[in-house]
Amino acid sequence: MRRMNHKPYIPHPFQFLMLFIVWLLLTHRYSLGNMLLAAILAWLVPIAAMAIRAPTTPVRRPLKAISFFWLLLGDIFVSNIVVAKQVLGATERLRPGFIAVPLDMQAALPITLLASTISLTPGTVSIEITEDHQFLYVHALHVESEKEMVDRIKRRYEKPLKEIFQC
Amino acid sequence: MLLIELATGFCLMVGAIFLLVGSIGLFRLPDFYMRLHGPTKATTLGLGAILTASIIFFSFRGDGISTKEILIIWFIFLTAPITAHMLSKAALHVRQKPRADTLNQDRLASIRERRQ
Repeated sequence: MRRMNHKPYIPHPFQFLMLFIVWLLLTHRYSLGNMLLAAILAWLVPIAAMAIRAPTTPVRRPLKAISFFWLLLGDIFVSNIVVAKQVLGATERLRPGFIAVPLDMQAALPITLLASTISLTPGTVSIEITEDHQFLYVHALHVESEKEMVDRIKRRYEKPLKEIFQC
Repeated sequence: MLLIELATGFCLMVGAIFLLVGSIGLFRLPDFYMRLHGPTKATTLGLGAILTASIIFFSFRGDGISTKEILIIWFIFLTAPITAHMLSKAALHVRQKPRADTLNQDRLASIRERRQ
């Protein structure tokens, strides 16, 4: 595949960055030589692996992705405390339930990220997705109101993901 | 030095508490799907806190900043949801019964078959 003219040197900037960082963290040496090696590897490996790559959705708004990451981290912390209270309290009073979250996106990567987000935030685990990608089934530890829960997931996690991927 | 020890101790305590809560959840919650919540997430945060303690502790011992833990945290965050998903999927297919008062359990069959 020919590259476009205005971006000839690094065909996969995101993967380049990821591999570069991971290599440096793994080898744990921050000398100039090692950084050069990391850069070469991060440049070569995505090109070599191009043949076996599945088509993915590109990240369109990297800055939004970073702020989403911080939101997620905060939510994981806060809702862990909520769940800790539920677990240590009277478990008979919990109302567990399966809820169906209607999806507004179709692409695999954003849905995977949404499902992982749901699983990481305590109180909810994503269980299954319908074959036509219309609904994501979620198991919740405690359902106050089904509609509220679906709204929260859509507003808090799906909306920023849609903006990040512009889909 | 005292400040670093305090920060390390604090992170270790937070991590240990969340890990303990996760294990208590595994023990106390009544059905499979609810039990899944304890170990998959409390442990993620618990391990995160303990590894943060490790970063703080080893970064101030003079061998430069310790960064390997960041990778461990990253990989745990990547794999924990997948484990939870696979476990719950397996539970669905061997027809694990959820607790009797679970909401929408009449939809379990369609969830299993990935219909709406």
